[in-house]
Formats: sequence, C-alpha cells, structure tokens
Amino acid sequence: MPNLATEVSSSLGTTKQSKNEVIIALNKIAKRYEMGGEAFYALNHLDLKIYKNDYLAIIGPSGSGKSTLMNLLGCLDYPTSGEYVLKDKNVALMDESELAGIRNLEIGFIFQSFNLLPRATALQNVMQPLIYRGIGLKERKRQAEQTLTRVGLKDRMHHIPNQLSGGQRQRVAIARALVTNPSILLADEPTGNLDSSTTAEIMELFDELHRDGQTLIVVTHEQEIAARCHRVIRLNDGELVSDTFNNTVVSGKSEVVYV
Amino acid sequence: MSSFLFKVIESTRAAALSVKAHGFRSFLTTLGIIIGVTSVIAVVSVMQGLSGSITKQFDGMGTNVLNINSFTPKKERLQGQRAKLNYRDFLEIKYKVSGISNITPTVMAMGANAVAQYKGESTTTQVTGTGSSYQMLYGVYPEQGRFFNLSDDKSRRRVAVLGPSLIDKLEIKGEVLGQYLMIGGEWFKIIGVLEKRGKIFGFDQDDYILLPYSTTHALLGGAEEPDIMISMQVDDALQIDAIKQHISNLLRRNHNLVDDQGDDFKITTAEQMLETVNNITSTTTLVLSGVVGISLLVGGIGIMNIMLVSVTERTREIGIQKALGATRVDILLQFLIEAIFLCLIGGLIGLALGYGAGALVSHLVDLPAATVPGWAIALSLGFSAGVGIVFGIIPAAKAANLDPIDALRYE
Ligand SMILES: Nc1ncnc2c1ncn2[C@@H]1O[C@H](COP(=O)(O)OP(=O)(O)OP(=O)(O)O)[C@@H](O)[C@H]1O
Ligand SMILES: [Mg+2]
Repeated sequence: MPNLATEVSSSLGTTKQSKNEVIIALNKIAKRYEMGGEAFYALNHLDLKIYKNDYLAIIGPSGSGKSTLMNLLGCLDYPTSGEYVLKDKNVALMDESELAGIRNLEIGFIFQSFNLLPRATALQNVMQPLIYRGIGLKERKRQAEQTLTRVGLKDRMHHIPNQLSGGQRQRVAIARALVTNPSILLADEPTGNLDSSTTAEIMELFDELHRDGQTLIVVTHEQEIAARCHRVIRLNDGELVSDTFNNTVVSGKSEVVYV
Repeated sequence: MSSFLFKVIESTRAAALSVKAHGFRSFLTTLGIIIGVTSVIAVVSVMQGLSGSITKQFDGMGTNVLNINSFTPKKERLQGQRAKLNYRDFLEIKYKVSGISNITPTVMAMGANAVAQYKGESTTTQVTGTGSSYQMLYGVYPEQGRFFNLSDDKSRRRVAVLGPSLIDKLEIKGEVLGQYLMIGGEWFKIIGVLEKRGKIFGFDQDDYILLPYSTTHALLGGAEEPDIMISMQVDDALQIDAIKQHISNLLRRNHNLVDDQGDDFKITTAEQMLETVNNITSTTTLVLSGVVGISLLVGGIGIMNIMLVSVTERTREIGIQKALGATRVDILLQFLIEAIFLCLIGGLIGLALGYGAGALVSHLVDLPAATVPGWAIALSLGFSAGVGIVFGIIPAAKAANLDPIDALRYE
C-alpha cells in the first residue's frame, strides 16, 4: 500500500475537512548524504502531511531514515531539496536565526538520550527555552514549575539530571519540550533507554497530552507504542511505504473514533 | 527592556553559573590577568603614593623658589677643576637683583657625615649652615623653641636647630632646649627642634642639624672658601625667566666667563625638580605598561585557550541550546560574556592583590602610603574586559557557528 500516503494527502488536502487543519506539509523532501563519493538518499523525495492533534508513530527498520526525518521536522537539519511548510511558512527557505525562532516557538523535541543540560537543575532545564523567548525570570520560573508539576515532578525540581532516574529525566525533557506550548511535539525513540514500566508511564503521559489537543510524532521500534498511536507511518530506505490509521479506515480521522 | 539588554543579563547569569561550576579552573584561567593587573596596580599605587608625597614636599617649598648650585662640566671635572659659588655671589644677587625675597645661602659643613656628640653619645648626621631666612623660604616650623634669627647669624652665635630624629639618636633626655651639643669640636646650644617629616625609601628626612650660616662659615675657617648653594623666592612667578636671566648675567660676569664658555652654575626652579620627578614616575609607568601589556596578552591567550577547550567540551550543550531555540547571537553572547566575566573577575582580584602588595611594599621600605588612583582602576578593569572581548570572540564565534545537528551528535 505505498500509495496510501498520496490518498491521504489528496483526500485531506481539500478544505472540506476544515477540522483537520494541516500543520506540516512535506513536498518531495529529500536528504542526500555523500559517502565515499557515493550519493545516497536518507530521505528519498518524501511527501507527508501532518494534521492538528495527530498522534503519529514513525516506524521502520534501523537506518530507514526515521531520525533524519525527525531532525528535518524539528528544524535541526536542512533538507537537500523539497519543500517543508510549517503552519503556512516555508521552512526550507529560512535562515539560521529564523530556524532558531521556529525551533523555539513551534517545536518541542524529545530525544532518546534526554539531552538535558547536565549542570542545570530540572527547573533550570525547563526554564531554558523560555530564555530565548525573552521571558523574565519570575514568569519563566512560574511556567516551568507549572509544567514540571504537570509531568509529575513537583518534588524533583531542584535535582540535577544525574540525581534523577531515566524516567524522571525523560519527564524533565518532556516538560522542557512542553513549556513553550509548541505546535508539535517530536519524540525520537523517547522510551528507547527506559524499562517497560517507565515506558508505560511515559506513554500514558503522551496519551494525556494528545487528549489535551497536542500534536505528537513519535519514532519507535516497539509495536505496543505504535499501536497506541492513532496513525502509523512506515519508512523503508528513505521512502514512505505505508500510512495507516489504527482501528479505522484511511478516510476517517483518529480522534473522531477516540474522543 | 530591550531584547539585547535582556540577552546580556541572561548571558551574564549563565556566565556566573558556569564560572562557579568550574571554580578552580576559572581561577587558573584568569591567573594571567590576575598577575598582570596585580603588578600594574602594585607599582602604580607605590609610585602614586611616592610622587604624591614628593609633590607635597615641593608644595611646601612654593613653586617659585629658585636654587643656584655650582656646576662643573664633566670635562673640567676630569681635569680636577671645581666650580664654586661663594658668599660674594650671594651678596651680589641679594643686593643687585630685584623682585626676590628670603634669599638664603646654604653650606654643607664637614660633608654629609659630620659627627655630633652629646653626653658621651655620638652620631653622624648632616650639618648644614644656612641663613635665618631658610625658615621663611621653605616654610619649616619649629616644634619646640625657635629657629635662629638674623642676630644669631650676624653675631655668629653657637646655636643649633635639630631635626627631630636627633633627639632619639643622641638619647637627649628631659628638656631639649638649652642643652649643648658638640659639633666639629665646638659646643652649640640647642634652641629649636623642627617638625617631623618622616621617611622616604628608608631615608630619614629628620636626621639633620641646622646652624647659622656665618657661624658655620667661621667654623670651617679660612682654609678654603666653601662652595655654597643659594636659594631664593621670586615674588612674581611671571618674572621668573627675567630674574633667571639677570642672575645668570651677574654670575657670568663675576666668574669672568667669556662668550663661548658654558655656565659654571645651574639655576633650577622647584617646578623643574618636580617635573623631573614626574618624568621619572611617568617613564616608569610607561615601561610598566609595556610589561603589563605583554602579561595581559599572555593572560588573554590563556583565556582563549581555555575557552576553546570549553567550547569543545560543551559542544553537546550548545547543540541542546540550539535545539531549544538559541540563536547564533545568543550563543555568541553567552561565550563572549563568559570570557569578559572571567577577565573582569581576574581584574578585580588583581586590583585587590595589587593594592595589598603595594601597601605592603610601601610599609616595608618606608614609603608614603600606597594609593590607587581612579584612572588605574578604570584602566585595568577596562583592559581586562578588552582582553575578554578580543580573546573571547574566536571561541564564542566557534560556538555560535556550530551546526545544531552536528553539535547534538557530538560524543
Ligand atoms: N551525517 C550523516 N552522514 C552520512 N550518513 C548519514 C548521516 N546521518 C545519517 N546517515 C545515514 O542515513 C540513514 C538514515 O539514518 P537515520 O539515523 O535516519 O536512521 P534511523 O531510521 O533513525 O535508524 P535507527 O532506528 O537505527 O535510529 C542511515 O543509513 C545513516 O547511516
Ligand atoms: Mg534513529
């Protein structure tokens, strides 16, 4: 079913489903690497649309381009060619400082290895992205405390990362991604370093965020996690090979079923 | 609040945390700056204290004091000739030059190490014969008793005025005034003790005896006419040059100097001496600036080196910050301000250490109290900040230009 993706975009690209606002549109996006004089596409001219309140899992074998795609979506990396439209802005044409603004305002990124600032406390880590928004210390603190409380770390705010468990660290990272109220939350194997019970906790948190209206994209290797998501795309050799909605047909929309 | 100011404040906060997190390393990093600033402040504070006190001494003298000394050019000196000023020169100037007052002859009696004795105690000191106008000319005041007057001088009385140190050196007990001293085999009655002046470079400024000029002259006997120094005050400072010219003509005629012969005397003003002192101070300061410049350069390279290491070490952190939305400017400012912050801390520590060292040195070698002038503080802090900017910019730019994805992947 490789052509499903195109069907999705054609059926939802029309205005008749006004509820399903398009947040991200990728058109023929490609990422090419030169290795030893040989060109190779980590992403091979991919088309993809992501809708508001999508709960999307990206799966695929190792080396299929999942992280490459996430990094592009998160404006951490540049595509070699193609168009990336994020909330009606063509990101592919932006310069470095505009991209920094997009990363700060629109995107919350969660990494497999947490990527917390090692010398900063949980609270300081969560406050960090607000600095780049020009928010004053007091208000930064208030928002960060609120968000840490929301992810269940009210009593761990003044711990530095190596005084926290893996699950707690990932919660700090989630709070840091959430504190800016991003349009889209990107998580690249967020539970890859966690045991199964911690994984379940984190996924419950994701479910809750989704219920609150958050748009989420999760890269995963685990079948259970993909099963929780409402839409699953599969990559292989940099190509999109399937795009399915769980428990429903392609033309339906997940939240219609679940809400 | 402008967004730039906001960024500066946030970067300063981050810099403070980072410096604190690497306390000992930060200290080592700024060592070059600390040493540079310490040395400049130490020397400047000592020099300032010194020149301040010298200026004060000259101030007491009044700036329109003229001194005339004999002067023998080197060539003649090698031939064993010696120029002299004598009492006739003094009288000539006193009666022929108008617009001057308190003209005073001064003669060194028995060299700089005359022996004075008192009840079995004996010490060497500087004995000088001078006129009663000395007191007015240099504005010195007796702490006890009186200075000698015109009649002491005229009638060659055997009276002496002491510098306060001699009381201790000769262990004079009880009432000083009215007691007798033996100088050069003659008895002198103590009629006054002058005010204390303190020490400079360990030299006691209060170790001297003043005798009336004519008494001293008589004491030296007629064997050889002594060489004297003539000092006077010029009433109108604007007339100084004219009066110098007048005196010069007079002395040249007296000494039978022909046209192509140089002067065998030197007329100096207190102001000139002050200038000489100031020249020495400013030359020292200049040489010092060179030394400091080099040490700050070395310090700056140290800072750059550590900052470059720090950027490499924190590559991943920089990647995280960029992922969270930090712009190039944010990262650049953060590292630049960290460098400046380090340098300024070094500067402040240097300032404190330098002042301490200066005060200690001044205390140990009996110099006047060290003072740190405002310009030296401003300059050393300004320089430290400048070093931070110059040597911080390369590491900061390196950090700012990191690609977010590469930085995040950095192991
Ligand atoms: N900087 C790079 N230079 C060259 N090749 C790269 C670079 N980054 C990624 N690749 C290649 O691109 C392909 C896709 O990598 P990517 O990290 O996206 O895979 P992935 O799907 O995330 O795999 P995994 O599930 O193991 O994380 C891989 O073959 C990888 O070797
Ligand atoms: Mg990956």
